[in-house]
Amino acid sequence: MASMRDIKRRKSSIQSTQQITKAMKLVSTVKLQKAKTHAEQTQPYFNHMYQTMSSMLAKSSNINHPYLTPGESDRKAVIVITSNRGLAGGYNSNIVKLVTSGGLDRTKLDIYAVGGKGAETLARRGYDIKEDLSEIMEGPTYQDAKNLCNKVLDSFSKGEIGEIYLAYTHFKNTVSQEAKLIKLLPVEVDPTQEDGSDDNVMMNYEPNEEEALGMIIPKYITSIFYGALVEAVASENGARMQAMDSATSNAEEMISDLSLKYNRARQGSITQELTEIIAGANAIS
Amino acid sequence: MAEANNLFQVEIITVDRVFYTGEASFLEFNTVSGEMGVYKNHIPLTTVLAPGMVTIHEADGNRIAAVHAGFAEILGDKVTLLAEIAEWPDEIDVSRAEAAKSRAEERIQRKDENVDVKRAEYALRKALIRIDVAGYK
Repeated sequence: MASMRDIKRRKSSIQSTQQITKAMKLVSTVKLQKAKTHAEQTQPYFNHMYQTMSSMLAKSSNINHPYLTPGESDRKAVIVITSNRGLAGGYNSNIVKLVTSGGLDRTKLDIYAVGGKGAETLARRGYDIKEDLSEIMEGPTYQDAKNLCNKVLDSFSKGEIGEIYLAYTHFKNTVSQEAKLIKLLPVEVDPTQEDGSDDNVMMNYEPNEEEALGMIIPKYITSIFYGALVEAVASENGARMQAMDSATSNAEEMISDLSLKYNRARQGSITQELTEIIAGANAIS
Repeated sequence: MAEANNLFQVEIITVDRVFYTGEASFLEFNTVSGEMGVYKNHIPLTTVLAPGMVTIHEADGNRIAAVHAGFAEILGDKVTLLAEIAEWPDEIDVSRAEAAKSRAEERIQRKDENVDVKRAEYALRKALIRIDVAGYK
């Protein structure tokens, strides 16, 4: 049986850990609130953009635009959005797992890493990190998303890459986040998701359809990037909040377990002392 | 006076917020192929916006805003502007716009090989629009 002092020391160490996890939970709760509101505010823009894209593509199936056909290169770019800080449960490892087991050939991938944790893990596993843009995660702006978009679209039009993917964590709600790998280019819009409300309207385009598409697709991709960045920040804080919540309650459990052990040890030692005193008194008399 | 049945829905959505929703009888904005005015029952049209001033003619007066980059979707009785940046006159920092203007002018003047003239011209245009729109405060 561990000595009283050992148990006491262990208990106080767990108690201070618990204080840290509790504080971290509170911090991420506040950050989550902020990130969540931000994510909700970007939703209308993103939804509308998606709707416009879907209806444009649905009605213009005969357009032959470079952004709609795969490039010649067999290299693929993956934008991997993770966090810069750890202690967020499975948040970062889920994304990494998605990339490593997503059926993508490791030797033919160019990784654009947003978030230090993902960059580190993927580099260790031998992935080619083309660019590390981790500082974006500190506070993503639309300009960041635009720069990133210009970079990947540039290498796409130069023929360096044939396809572009995005791996990020979708923020479902506070308690559930889902890692997602989506294909951005060539643009593929799921026809089943389109709402058929304006199906009969014949849309006109100015300048012409192809030019308009050429200008709108980069905006569409940028808006996806931005939406993904904002959602990822919310997801990160959600995941951290949950992780810290369970860490705090685990610490609570361990502390109550140790308290019980400590009290038993204390009782045991008192009993032992008493027995010794009585035995000693008996021996003298 | 605009009659009630002349009104159509106008929505201006920016990246971070719903900038404006309301009803208007006439809407003016700037596109890549020139300035454009929209009444109710315009033909369905999607067009790419150029930096410029947007004038919303509401039933009781006009509202003016600066909009940079984005696109417009016109659908009969509803017009949606998806803008990357949109500002009301009182949100514009004039001194910042003035600074951006002189910076851009200086870059264009220099005729340096390294200067991206197109980008400088674009920045100049945005600054000029900001200054212009801020005047309607």
